Amino acid sequence: MIQLAVEIPYWGQSLLRVLGGLVAVLLPAGTIVYVFLFKMMSFMQSRLGPMEAGPYGSMQLLAEVSKWLQKEDIIPENADAKIFKIAPIIVLASTFLLVVVVPFGPDAWFTDFQAGVFYALAIGSVSVIGILIAGWSSANKYSYLGGLRAAGQLIAYELPMVLAVVGVVIQAGSMNLQQIVVAQNTQEIFGLDWIGLPFVLTQFVGFLIFMIAVQAELTQAPFDMPIAESELVSGYMTEYSGFRFLIFFIGEFATAGVFAFIASILFLGGWGVPFSWFGWESLDQVENWMNVVGPLIMLSKMMLLVGIIMWVRFSYPRFREDQLQRFAWKVLIPVSLANIAITAILKVAV
Amino acid sequence: MSLFLRDYLTVVWFGLAAILLAGLLLGVAAAVRPSRPGKEKLIAYESGVDPVGLGWSQSQIRYYVFALLFVIFDVEAVFIFPWAVSVERYGWFGLIAMLVFIVLLLDGLVYAWKRGLLRWV
Repeated sequence: MIQLAVEIPYWGQSLLRVLGGLVAVLLPAGTIVYVFLFKMMSFMQSRLGPMEAGPYGSMQLLAEVSKWLQKEDIIPENADAKIFKIAPIIVLASTFLLVVVVPFGPDAWFTDFQAGVFYALAIGSVSVIGILIAGWSSANKYSYLGGLRAAGQLIAYELPMVLAVVGVVIQAGSMNLQQIVVAQNTQEIFGLDWIGLPFVLTQFVGFLIFMIAVQAELTQAPFDMPIAESELVSGYMTEYSGFRFLIFFIGEFATAGVFAFIASILFLGGWGVPFSWFGWESLDQVENWMNVVGPLIMLSKMMLLVGIIMWVRFSYPRFREDQLQRFAWKVLIPVSLANIAITAILKVAV
Repeated sequence: MSLFLRDYLTVVWFGLAAILLAGLLLGVAAAVRPSRPGKEKLIAYESGVDPVGLGWSQSQIRYYVFALLFVIFDVEAVFIFPWAVSVERYGWFGLIAMLVFIVLLLDGLVYAWKRGLLRWV
C-alpha cells in the first residue's frame, strides 16, 4: 500500500481522480479510433487509410476534431430542441460513470464499491436512455426507428451480459472488482501457480456470451441495426451535426474501451500478474510499482479485446432485426442460465 | 464522511466532469463555427425529398413483450447476485433453492416461446 509523505486533502484527491478518469476515457477512445478504425480497417480493406496528417497519418485525429469544430450546428425545426441537446451529454456521461468502477492497480482505483459488478452493469445501460431520447427528439423517421431498434437490442443483450457475469461472481466469491482481480491472481488451476486463474479458462462460455453482448451493446456490426447507415442513415444520429455528432462518436469508442477494461478485469485477470511470481500473498503485499505497471497491463488487455471486437465488426455482415432478437432470447439467455447452474454445482460439489 | 459515501461522491464528481467536458467542447465549437441559417437546413432529413408528415409517425413497436420479459429476468438477476457471492456458505441447500428459482423463471421463458411471443410478428 502507498505510504505518502504528504497527505493530499480530499479536494486534491478528487481532482486527481477526475483527471485520471479523463485520461482513462479519452486516451483509449483516441487510440482505438486511430489504431483500429483508421489503420486496421484500412488494412483489412486493402487500402492505406489516412497518410497525410503527420507520420502515417497519426495526427489525423487532431485534423478530424478541428474539422468537426468548424461544422455548423443544425437543430431541425420540428425537433424537441432541449432533449435533442441533452442526449449526447447523457451518452458521454454514462461512459464517465462507468469508468469509475475500474481498478487500474492495487491503489490506482477511483472507487472501491463492494457491489462494483452490480454498479457497472446498472450504469452500463444508462446510455440507452441517451440513445432513445436522441432518436425520439430528432423528429425524423430514421432516427425514430433507430432509437426503437437500439432500445430493443440493448434490452435483449443486457440480460445475457448480466447473467454471464454471475459465473465470475460465483467463482470469485465477491462483487468487488478489486477482489475479483485478486481472486484470479491468487487461485491456481491444475496446480500451476504461475498462470494464476484467469476466469477466461474456467468461464469460457461466460466470456463468449459477455463479449457477444458487449458487441451488441456497443452497436458494432454484426449488431449495428440501430445505426445501419445503408438503411437508416446512422439511425438516431441522422439529424446530429458538428460537435454534437462528435460527442456521440467519442462516447461510442470510449465506451468500447471501458467495456473492454471491465471484460479484462472479469475474465483476464485485470491489472494483476499472478501474485506467486513475486511471492505476494494478498492485496496488501502488492508492491507500489504495480500502480504504474498495472495500468499498462490493463491498456494492453483492453487493446487486445477491442481488437477482437473490431475484427468481428469489420468481418461480418449485419444481422436482421428478428435474427438478433431470436439469438439473444433463444440461445444466449438459456445458455447463460445453464452456465450459472453448472458453475454453481461445481463450486459446491468440488 | 464514511468511505462508502465518499465513493458515491466520486461518482458525482465524474458525472459533473463529463457534463463540464461536453459543455467546454460545445462552447469552443460555438465560438468557432459559422452560422448561416437557412429554411431548408432545418427540414428533417428524409433521403433528400421533402418529409412526408411528421417524424413522430405511428409505427408498431414490436418488442414491448420483450420489455416485460426483461423486467422479469432482470429482477431474477438481482436475486441471483447476493446468492452468487456466498454460494459456498449456503451449500447444497442454497444451490437447490436457487436452481428451483431459475427453473421456474426459465419456465416463463419457455411459455413465452411456446406461445410464439419470441417470433417476429
